Amino acid sequence: MASTGAHGEHNYLNHQKGIWSWLTSLDHKRIGIMYFITVMIFFLVGGLFALAIRTELWSTGETIMTAETYARVMTYHGAVMVFLVIIPGIPAFLGNFFLPMQIGAKDVAFPRLNLMSWYCLLLGAGVALLSLLYGGADTGWTFYTPYSIKHAPAVICMALGVFIAGFSSILTGLNFVVTTHKLRAPGMTMNRIPLFVWALYSTAIIQVLATPVLAITVVLLAAENIFGIGFFDPALGGDPVLFQHFFWFYSHPAVYIMILPAFGVISELITTFARKTIFGYTAIAYSSLAIAAVSFFVWGHHMFVSGQSEFAGVVFSFLTMLVGVPTAIKLFNWIATLYKGSINLASPMLFALGFMFLFTIGGVTGIFLATVATDVHFHDTYFVVAHFHYVMVGGTLMAIMGGIYYWFPKMFGKLCNDAWARISFVFIFVGFNVTFYPQFVLGSLGMPRRYFDYLPEYEHLNKVSTIGSYLIGIGFVVALITIIHGLLKGKPAGPNPWGAKTLEWQTSSPPPHENFHTTPIVTAGPYEYR
Amino acid sequence: MGNTSHGAHEHHIIPLKTYLQVFAALIFLTFITVAVTWFDFGAFNAVVAFGIASVKAALVLAYFMHLKYDNMMNRVIIGTGVFFLLVLWFFSILDIVTRVSEQSTL
Amino acid sequence: MSTANHGNTHSVRHHAHHYESAEHEHQSSKEGVWVFLCTEILMFGGLFVAYAIFHHLFPETFKIGSKFTDVRYGATNTVVLLFSSLTMALGIYYCQIKDQKKAVIALSITILCGFIFMGIKYLEYSHKIHLGLLPGDWYAGNADMIASEIGNLKLPENIGLYFSFYFMMTGIHGIHVLIGMGLIGWVLIRTMRGEFGPNYYTPVEGVGLFWHLVDLVWIYLFPLLYLVE
Repeated sequence: MASTGAHGEHNYLNHQKGIWSWLTSLDHKRIGIMYFITVMIFFLVGGLFALAIRTELWSTGETIMTAETYARVMTYHGAVMVFLVIIPGIPAFLGNFFLPMQIGAKDVAFPRLNLMSWYCLLLGAGVALLSLLYGGADTGWTFYTPYSIKHAPAVICMALGVFIAGFSSILTGLNFVVTTHKLRAPGMTMNRIPLFVWALYSTAIIQVLATPVLAITVVLLAAENIFGIGFFDPALGGDPVLFQHFFWFYSHPAVYIMILPAFGVISELITTFARKTIFGYTAIAYSSLAIAAVSFFVWGHHMFVSGQSEFAGVVFSFLTMLVGVPTAIKLFNWIATLYKGSINLASPMLFALGFMFLFTIGGVTGIFLATVATDVHFHDTYFVVAHFHYVMVGGTLMAIMGGIYYWFPKMFGKLCNDAWARISFVFIFVGFNVTFYPQFVLGSLGMPRRYFDYLPEYEHLNKVSTIGSYLIGIGFVVALITIIHGLLKGKPAGPNPWGAKTLEWQTSSPPPHENFHTTPIVTAGPYEYR
Repeated sequence: MGNTSHGAHEHHIIPLKTYLQVFAALIFLTFITVAVTWFDFGAFNAVVAFGIASVKAALVLAYFMHLKYDNMMNRVIIGTGVFFLLVLWFFSILDIVTRVSEQSTL
Repeated sequence: MSTANHGNTHSVRHHAHHYESAEHEHQSSKEGVWVFLCTEILMFGGLFVAYAIFHHLFPETFKIGSKFTDVRYGATNTVVLLFSSLTMALGIYYCQIKDQKKAVIALSITILCGFIFMGIKYLEYSHKIHLGLLPGDWYAGNADMIASEIGNLKLPENIGLYFSFYFMMTGIHGIHVLIGMGLIGWVLIRTMRGEFGPNYYTPVEGVGLFWHLVDLVWIYLFPLLYLVE
């Protein structure tokens, strides 16, 4: 038992001491912080790969690396960012920390599984990195067959790494589903849970339903490499496109694993910093569930030019348009919340507004790509690259940054320097647009993705894009310094520096080991501002 | 262990007899599964085999796995799993059967 | 490691600190197991969908491939697994009515059935490997031995695909059987120690649900692999 009061106020950070107490901790808050650190390190790695890609593309021909190296760098950038950064990013880090607190619970339903999921992520990352010993995988993060079934040990390592990391995601999802069902505080009915919880809950459903299919797919991929089982090998009558079906059955819903929690964060930020009750709580809540459900019906839009039947292409194209509806519902409700609110442009709000702007561009260009006729032109060009970076970086990463600045005072009991946080926003936001907007143009001019070289006429815009990527890099360095400075020198935050209404702000900062001094009893909705 | 506490657990206990009856039904259905292969139902062979297997599965779920007496949520969870499996099946097979191919696949 | 704050001095089992009651914990744990089973269904489901597609494309391959499987083995294993499911359910039943001795017997029989199942699997596997009936690229069927097995049938070119399915499906299922046996062994030891009774048998029930799911998968695998027409 930890001593209480010996070191000032008792909280989860000083509840127990030493690195071992962290590595064996069953406290969802500590596991959340462990995810924070892990994801930040992976983000650094993935980010360095990204800068290497952009540096190579500074000029035509071989700039700093060969074509073979470039293919590997691009693969690891994608795989690290997708499987190790964005997917665990919000749910396993911010979600782990705040989902139980927002519903007034003391912990997640299965704390041991929660810890295990963190180790699964590390182990999965470790096994995937073993592939570097075999020269590295160069298939892109999607591991498309038949290129990926050439008996390559590197692909086997990546497949098994993804399999194990997938367990991490499944366990987090499982935990969140049961926690949301069973551990809500008295009075916390399902239509009083904060929108961040709704988003995480919808995400958890996707994690539970989609990830197992990825698991069997990568097992089959590994078996294909080891035994040549032939499911995806045309020589045995197998079908390479079937791999894409299985892969995207997971990976399309997975992009909602990435973006839905971001929607949740934005809902929290908008209502808090507009100091106004969220507009259309029910609509936003159920649109999260709707997106989760629809996400399973649209995966074929990744395969319009892959040899999928034209009929299936038309069906998937139509179904894909449906995703636009719940997404737009969210956006309009956020804008309606801002209307006549007392908007406070603190750094988290800047990220939220940046999110709305960038995500809208990402979403609307997604409609271009969902339309078969235009996709045939845009497919595998930089237009696609720009589109999903607007969604994943302009969307999810902006939300993560906003979420970090928003909840930092709660997690550590200290304030970040808001001026520096805003400077980091300016660098990231400007740098992001400078990097990726030209890629829309490049893509519509026909520049294909995944090559280390390009035609000379694309050089100017590529130079602009590369400069932008360095600006993003500077922005994240500033953000990192701001966070570390806040940790070391930040002023005491007090329990509720932003005047937010959800439950996590009603306890001390940092929270005590059991989250609340007394179990909260809920009598009203989550955002009772005015 | 715990013999002093009472009242907290009102779990439904399925009688031994029911378990044995369900087991007998499952064995009978296994016999039927094999027996129907002696007859040819043409295109319905697969449907018959799959139908019998599903009846067996339903028995296991309802009695051995206690779903008949469990709360609604657990039924919804398992039903959701099956539903999304059907989604995977439906759209994958939709692509395969609607492909127009110039040459034979093998 | 410090778990001292969970210290339990009551005779009634203590529930974890974040639950209101033991019953609350029981219901939550059970729901967690069901969610996990849902992931298992989708994981095996991927294989079943692949089977459906390739069976549709190459019915002959599957029809002839299944001639290499022995219905007697398959049917025996089906009965063995169904019986083990019965004894597993009875294991929980005897925990519920506080008959520790019979619970131990029921669980032991369940594990024994697992061994019988895996033994028969071993016989089947070694026979197929002996004949060179290996998955995909590794297929190396010995023509003479095959002829004595199923007569002079012309084998489809991609007969290896059938054995890919056979070994992948039964292999992944077999791994689940082994894991299930390990888990039952774990609850068996705890039952012997008298840790379970009418008030607390969550682990037995959870492991039981897993074991029944393994049985459920086999219920579908049996006709798909042994009785294809």
